[in-house]
Amino acid sequence: MGLDDLKRAEQVLPKKLYEKLLERLKRYNIKGKLANKVAREVIKEYERVQQTPGEAVGVVTAQSIGEPGTQMTLNVFHFAGVAEMNVTIGLPRVIEVLDARRTPSTPSMTIYLKKEYAKDEKEVRRIAAELIEVKLNDLISDTVMDLLNTRLLFTLDKGALRNYNVKPKQVEEMLKKVYKNADVKLLKDGRIRVKLKTEDVGEMYKLKSKVLDTYIKGVPGVTHVLPIRDKKEWIIKTAGTNLKKVLELPYVDPERTISNDIFEIAKVLGIEAARNAIINEVKEVLDRQGIEVDIRHLMLIADTMTFDGKIRGITRYGITSQKSSILARASFEIPLKHIFSAAVKNEVDPLQGVVENVMINQPVPVGTGIPKLIYKVKRSGDKE
Amino acid sequence: MKHVLVPSHRILSEKEKEELLKGKNIKLHQLPKILINDPAIKELKPKVGDVVEIIRKSPTSGETKYYRVVVIE
Repeated sequence: MGLDDLKRAEQVLPKKLYEKLLERLKRYNIKGKLANKVAREVIKEYERVQQTPGEAVGVVTAQSIGEPGTQMTLNVFHFAGVAEMNVTIGLPRVIEVLDARRTPSTPSMTIYLKKEYAKDEKEVRRIAAELIEVKLNDLISDTVMDLLNTRLLFTLDKGALRNYNVKPKQVEEMLKKVYKNADVKLLKDGRIRVKLKTEDVGEMYKLKSKVLDTYIKGVPGVTHVLPIRDKKEWIIKTAGTNLKKVLELPYVDPERTISNDIFEIAKVLGIEAARNAIINEVKEVLDRQGIEVDIRHLMLIADTMTFDGKIRGITRYGITSQKSSILARASFEIPLKHIFSAAVKNEVDPLQGVVENVMINQPVPVGTGIPKLIYKVKRSGDKE
Repeated sequence: MKHVLVPSHRILSEKEKEELLKGKNIKLHQLPKILINDPAIKELKPKVGDVVEIIRKSPTSGETKYYRVVVIE
């Protein structure tokens, strides 16, 4: 004990707490021996409030989220936003995130723009319009199928062209790029002719819908955009996500732009980013409903879901399938399937988890159930 | 890669790795995992079995360290 308690505090205490300690010591002008005494007390208190090994934190988390979850407005207004852009919120969204569904029911991005673009509303609206994915189908008013000459004739819609800021030449070029062996030509009367190689009528119909689906411009996947004023800058909310493409755009701020698709975040930004996204998404829903859940519970869930480098939902296919004990897996859902497959594989259950031991009426390895007594039997030949 | 959601990643040296495992009294396979092709560590050129130190920003403690072992899928 003595002078280096302050140094020890730097090692032991979390950064935030240590900084607060220093700040308080300075404010009250505490120095030398007394400062060390204070530091010692802070460390003591910090160690006292930590969870003890063996504490069943998972159960506490489950209850701490489950109970307020029952208070959530169950089936009223689970959507928020403007008429054309709905974003799932409320309980369905929490379930979606925690179950780790492959795609969210309403995929959406929040796009931040670089400083020089984010101020001017006109500019932001122009950028937003550029983001929408435009397909050939959006640009034409009429399609004629000329079965005799095996060709398709598309009449371009001038209004749509103006709206989406596309030139007829652009459409022709894109079609040429995609259908290299078809004869694409922009006719003088503003129509586009696509001559097909096939003469089969069924095939032609298939090709027609394929050609109509041709990507012309924009970000693939983005269906709607909505510029919103957020404090001092303009941001763009989208329906449909494509984080990878958007982050590459020159006017987008790649450091802040996010998606609400957790799997997409894991793929583009990594597992740690996905962990943060899980926490943020769940917290946002809970905050919106005015439900207070300690963030440590959400952190525990997110850590569990991302434990093995991939996202695992809290379902029978996710984290439960990773449990080593057969009985624990069987007790969650579809028990027979698990027991049968365990029998076929000749699996052994070492009975080291909680659930298994509850089933066979033994002390569970939680809290005081963890330490074990070993009795060493004395044999006749042993020395004293 | 800089992004608000991505904390800083660093690969531990062999010596640091040993000290960490010894200090926590655990085996390598007990650590949380990170895939070798994870975009956040791609530039660090990780090998299977490396330990990545992640310095997370935490709302409760300011900064926390987290460790993941590199695995293949």
